[in-house]
Amino acid sequence: MKIRIVLAAVIATTCLTGVALADTSSKKIALSNNYAGNSWRQAMLKSWGTVTSKAVADKVVADASAFTTAENQATEQAAQIQNLILQGYDAIVINAASPTALNGAVKEACDAGVTVVSFDGIVTEPCAWRVAVDFQKMGAIQVDYLAERFPDGGNLLEIRGLAGVFVDDEIHKGIEEGVKKHPKFKIVSSVHGDWAQEVAQKAVAGVLPTLPPIKAVVTQGGDGYGAAQAFKGAGREVPIIIMGNRQDELLWWKDQKEASGYETMSVSIAPGVGTLAFWVAQQILDGKQVPKDLIVPFLSVEQNNLEERLKQTEKGGVTNVEYSLNDAQAVIAGTK
Amino acid sequence: MSAVILPAAARRSGRIDPVRLLRALLPALALALMLGVIFSQQPRAMSYVGLTLLLNLSIPVILATLAQLCVITVNDLDLSVGSFVGLCACIAATLLKDTPLLGVVALAAAIAAYALVGALIQWRDLPSIVVTLGLSFIWTGIAVLILPTPGGRAPEYLTAIMKWKPDFVPLPILYAVALALILHWVMRSSFGTMLRGAGGNPKAMGNAGWSLLRARVTLYLMAGGLGALSGLALVGLTTSGDANMALRYTLMSIAGVILGGGEFTGGRVNPIGAVLGAMTLTLAGSFLTFMHIPPDWQIGAQGAILIIVLALRAVLNRAEERS
Repeated sequence: MKIRIVLAAVIATTCLTGVALADTSSKKIALSNNYAGNSWRQAMLKSWGTVTSKAVADKVVADASAFTTAENQATEQAAQIQNLILQGYDAIVINAASPTALNGAVKEACDAGVTVVSFDGIVTEPCAWRVAVDFQKMGAIQVDYLAERFPDGGNLLEIRGLAGVFVDDEIHKGIEEGVKKHPKFKIVSSVHGDWAQEVAQKAVAGVLPTLPPIKAVVTQGGDGYGAAQAFKGAGREVPIIIMGNRQDELLWWKDQKEASGYETMSVSIAPGVGTLAFWVAQQILDGKQVPKDLIVPFLSVEQNNLEERLKQTEKGGVTNVEYSLNDAQAVIAGTK
Repeated sequence: MSAVILPAAARRSGRIDPVRLLRALLPALALALMLGVIFSQQPRAMSYVGLTLLLNLSIPVILATLAQLCVITVNDLDLSVGSFVGLCACIAATLLKDTPLLGVVALAAAIAAYALVGALIQWRDLPSIVVTLGLSFIWTGIAVLILPTPGGRAPEYLTAIMKWKPDFVPLPILYAVALALILHWVMRSSFGTMLRGAGGNPKAMGNAGWSLLRARVTLYLMAGGLGALSGLALVGLTTSGDANMALRYTLMSIAGVILGGGEFTGGRVNPIGAVLGAMTLTLAGSFLTFMHIPPDWQIGAQGAILIIVLALRAVLNRAEERS
C-alpha cells in the first residue's frame, strides 16, 4: 500500500511538471449543481471556486465555471446539462438532483463525447464516473473506534438522520454492521435527530429518563452538540459522543478536552469533495485510466488535530479541505 | 381564444387589426427573441443537434401545458398536473416495462380517475384548486409507493420514440407543431366550441341543452390523457423514473397557458400559443445559462420574462379597448 502511494505521488509530480499541463490546458470543465441552499453546499461552491480559479490561472484547464439550477428539480438540471453540452464543455462535473432522472441527459453528454463525473449526488448512468461516499462505512468506523476505546463494550444510543432519506438508511446499516462485528456493544435506543442540533437535543432529552447508563452515542453529523446538551440538561454524565465535523460540535469538544481531557472522534464528508471530482475529471481528460467508481475519503478530526481543524472551520460551518491533484491521484490509485 | 378569433375578426372588418395581430404573435415573438439571443451567444446551438438538445425537454412540458389548457378551458385550475406526470412516469418506468398489460391498465385507470375528478367537481360544484391540490399529494404518494427510490427503466420503445432522429426537422419541433395543430383543430371544431362555451358562458350552454357534466368530464379526460403522454415522454427522455421529477410542471404549465394568450376565465384558450409559451418557459432557463446570469438571479429573471410578456399583453389589450 505504502509503495503504491509513493508511486502515485511520483506519477503525480511527473504529471504536474510534464505532460498534464499541455494536455488539458485547452479543456473546459463545468460544474452542474442542483442546490445551493445550505452551508455544506455553500462551502462546496466556495471550494470549487478557490481550487478551479487557481487551476485556470495555472493553465491546467481553460475554464471551470459553476452552474447551479435555480430550483432543485431534476428536469431543470437535465436541461442545464444539455445546455452545457451545447456550450462545448469537455467535461461536466455533476452533483445530481436525482440518481436516475438525469440519466437521459448524461447519456446525451457521453454520446457527444463529454466526460461526466458525478459526486455526492451521483448518477447511475453507466457511462458516467461516480465519486461516491461510502455512508455505510461512515457508520461502521464509529463502532470500530468505540471498540478500540472500550474493549468490553457497553450501551449505545443511536441518533439517526431524517427518516426515509437514503443517507440515513445507509449510515444506520453501517452502524448495525459495526455492532454485529463488535457484539459486546448494544444499541439501547435509537432516535431521529434530523441532522439538526435542536431536534437531536429534544429527541435525546425525550428518551434519556428511560435509558440505562450510556457508554457512547453514535451519530450522523449535525447532532452531537445537541446530544451533549441533552445529557447535561438531564444531569447525567456526558458519554463519548461521536461528532460530525460541525463547528459547534468541535468547539464543545475542545472546551471539554481542556476542562476534563474528554476524548472522542469526529467524521464527515468535506464539502471540498467537489474539487476532488474536478481533479478526477481533469485526469480523465488527460487520458488517464480511471475506474468508474471511486470512493471519497472521509475527513476525520482526531484528538490531536482538533485545534487545528477547528481553526480552519468557519463559525456555523463544517470542517472542509480542498483536494489537490495528488489527492485525486491517490484516490484513483487506491481503487485500481 | 384570441388567435382563434383573429381570422374571423379580420374577415369581418376586411383588414387586419395590427394590435390584435401583435397580441396573437406575442408568444411567437418572445420565443424567437430568446432563440435569437441564444444563437448569437452560441452559434453551435443553431443546428439540428443543437435545437434537439435545447428543446427536447420541452416536449413533456408542452404536453403538460396542453393538459392544463384543457382544465383552464372550463375556468378550473389543475394544481396536480406535475405530480400526475410524475406518477405516469413512474408507472412507465416500472409496470409498463415489466408487465406491459398491467402498465397500460394502470395508466388507463389514472386517466379515468382524472375524468372522475372532473365529474366530481361538476357534480358537487367544488373549487377545482382545492380538489386538485389534495390530489397532487395522492398522485405523489402513489408514485412513491410504485417507485420508492428513484430508478426503474423506460421501455425501449419510449426511448426510441423520444430519441428518434427524423430527417431535416429536429424531433421536438416536429412534435410541437403536430401537437399544436391537433389541439388547435380540436378546439376549433364544433365539438371544441361547445367545450370552450362551457367555460365561456356555462349558463347559456346549460340552457341551450348542452350537458356541462359531459363537457367538463371530456376536458378532464383530455387533460388526463395529455398528462399521461407527458409522463411517457418525460420517462422516454430521462430513461428512468423519480416520483418528484415533474413537480415543477404544475406552475410551468399554468404560466405556459397564460403566456400563450389564454385567460383564467371565459374559455379563452389558445393551443398554438400555449405550445409556444411552454417552449419559451423551457428555454428561459437555458437562455439565462447562456447569458451567464448567476443562479441567484435566475428565478427572478424567469419571473421577469413572464412579467414583461404579460405586461406587453396588458398594454396591447388596453390599446385595443381604446380603439
